[in-house]
Amino acid sequence: MDLFSNLALGFQTALSLQNLFYCFMGTLVGTLIGVLPGIGPIQTVAILMPATFALPPTTALIMLAGIYYGAQYGGSTTSILVNLPGEASSVVTCLDGYQMARQGRAGAALSVSALGSFAAGCFATCLLAVLSVPLAELAFKFGPAENFSLMVFGLVGSIVLASGSVIKAVAMILLGLLLGLVGTDVTSGIQRFCFGIPELADGIGFVALAMGLFGISDILSSLERREKRENLKGRIAGLWLSLKDLRTVAPAVIRGTLAGSLLGILPGGGPVLASFSSYMLEKKISRDPESFGKGNIRGVAAPESANNAGSQTSFVPLLTLGIPPNPVLAMMAGAMMIHGIQPGPRVISSNPALFWGLIASMWLGNLMLVILNLPLIGIWVRLLSVPYRLLYPAILVFCCIGIYTVSNNIFDIFLTALLGFLGYVFVKLDCEPAPLILGFILGPMMEENLRRGMLLSRGDPSFLVTRPLSLVFLLMAFILLVIVAVPAVRQRREQAFRE
Amino acid sequence: MSIKNTKDLWAGVIFLFFGIATMVLAMGYQIGSAARMGPGYFPFFLGGVLTVLGLIIAVRSLVPGARAERIAPIHLRPILCVLLAVVLFGLLLPSLGLALSTVTLVVLSSLGSHEFKLRDALVSSGVLVIVSLALFVYFLRIQAPAWPVFFFGRT
Repeated sequence: MDLFSNLALGFQTALSLQNLFYCFMGTLVGTLIGVLPGIGPIQTVAILMPATFALPPTTALIMLAGIYYGAQYGGSTTSILVNLPGEASSVVTCLDGYQMARQGRAGAALSVSALGSFAAGCFATCLLAVLSVPLAELAFKFGPAENFSLMVFGLVGSIVLASGSVIKAVAMILLGLLLGLVGTDVTSGIQRFCFGIPELADGIGFVALAMGLFGISDILSSLERREKRENLKGRIAGLWLSLKDLRTVAPAVIRGTLAGSLLGILPGGGPVLASFSSYMLEKKISRDPESFGKGNIRGVAAPESANNAGSQTSFVPLLTLGIPPNPVLAMMAGAMMIHGIQPGPRVISSNPALFWGLIASMWLGNLMLVILNLPLIGIWVRLLSVPYRLLYPAILVFCCIGIYTVSNNIFDIFLTALLGFLGYVFVKLDCEPAPLILGFILGPMMEENLRRGMLLSRGDPSFLVTRPLSLVFLLMAFILLVIVAVPAVRQRREQAFRE
Repeated sequence: MSIKNTKDLWAGVIFLFFGIATMVLAMGYQIGSAARMGPGYFPFFLGGVLTVLGLIIAVRSLVPGARAERIAPIHLRPILCVLLAVVLFGLLLPSLGLALSTVTLVVLSSLGSHEFKLRDALVSSGVLVIVSLALFVYFLRIQAPAWPVFFFGRT
């Protein structure tokens, strides 16, 4: 069968000594940075991205993927041990994980999280392998209308994830689209919004944007909060799960994996939605819903499996349709473009070794996470006690040097400082910067597809609704927007974010 | 009348500013027609929508029933220290070299924390200089001098 020969090619690529090494390094440093309190996958990927640029594209992507799920896993560790989620997708893990830790069952919580993630990762990787070929074939049939509408759908999807007001999230997306247009216009060759600055001719550097908006602005906001952190006291014992625990956990892991895999594929889906929904699901079908939030082991198993499954299946839309479904994947898309690979249906056919190697490496990376994390947990715990006043200058150093290594130009460092300030202001005004990065990636693509479509239809915009698939995407986007904007749903969503 | 929702007001004003600025700039490029879009068409359209959204956000914050959301007080010290440190790092890197600009970055940015301790800042800058020299200069070979140019020349 084709699938097996493809996977064989993948493992052949991923198992080369170099790729294996960087996959390992990726998961290791990803966990290392992700475990630091308050630093989530977006920040981790932004900070570590430059480290991969010297590598050949396949290796670099394998390492980046490793960084991504390493960071995801590191975030869960922090949530369980000190109740400080690095980002939204591990918020729910805090609820029961931290309670378990306080009851002296931190070891069990960490093990469940690792094993659940591994099981979910195995399934999601297979799903990714099975789904991507037919989806990419479908995407080949897309014209400008379908592409444009799909991007609209994807952008609307990202609003679902943003906390706070819907209208502000839309405005942030628009701002992102506009920032994406800075630079030389491909069609006319005219430099737009460059203000005569030659460094802007190629557009705003993706790394500068990501590091400014997520790295530096995050430091500015954290310094202001002046929070004192509660450090975990005592040792972590009892990593092994009892047979009874395993039996309790298994169905939750399976449900979490299925829910997570499905939600990861949708635009706007991914780990956050996956972990929230699977937690709600567990609570709803449980015979004892009262025990959730008080250290129920299923409350850790389900969302952890779901968020890992979701973070893996969210590669499906990126690699087959070219649409990043969430901000972290937008970062992956940005990194791919820097390596000269346009994410989309062409990746599979033109670069099969890269595609299948990446998929195989995800499975290997998951395995490494289990092997890596359970024995090293002591080191991660010690890392958690590093005071923030020592931590943030170090992050700044790696950000600044990292930005410089990408372009060898100090202009990008200044740009990062400016964008960092802008990001800080937006956070201060309750405008979440995450949707902006999606807009930034999609801006130029949307413009190009719109231009081509309008040229073919001689200026008649109705082509967007006369093609059935395009109409479906637009309708779904519209329905999603209405759902998010309806007051009742909004209240529930706000409640969920507050929990 | 006191404005209740200063957060939304300022957010609206910022979006309004970006929207209008974009429209003005986009008019300077060729707008073209719907069938043959010029470089200004798409940005002009987006800028227009952003302007409208900005207006809505700002106006909604002024109506009597608006939710009270005030901007949390701004602490200038961390912002100034961190941003200045980053900008200085960029300015100094080409002439002073990686080692000394890293020290500047670490010490100056550490000043932004309310728990600043000079000794700790110096020690951590020392460690970070060694790590970044090893990692970036000898391993990744970045194109920046490691030591002051006027002292050691460009190596």
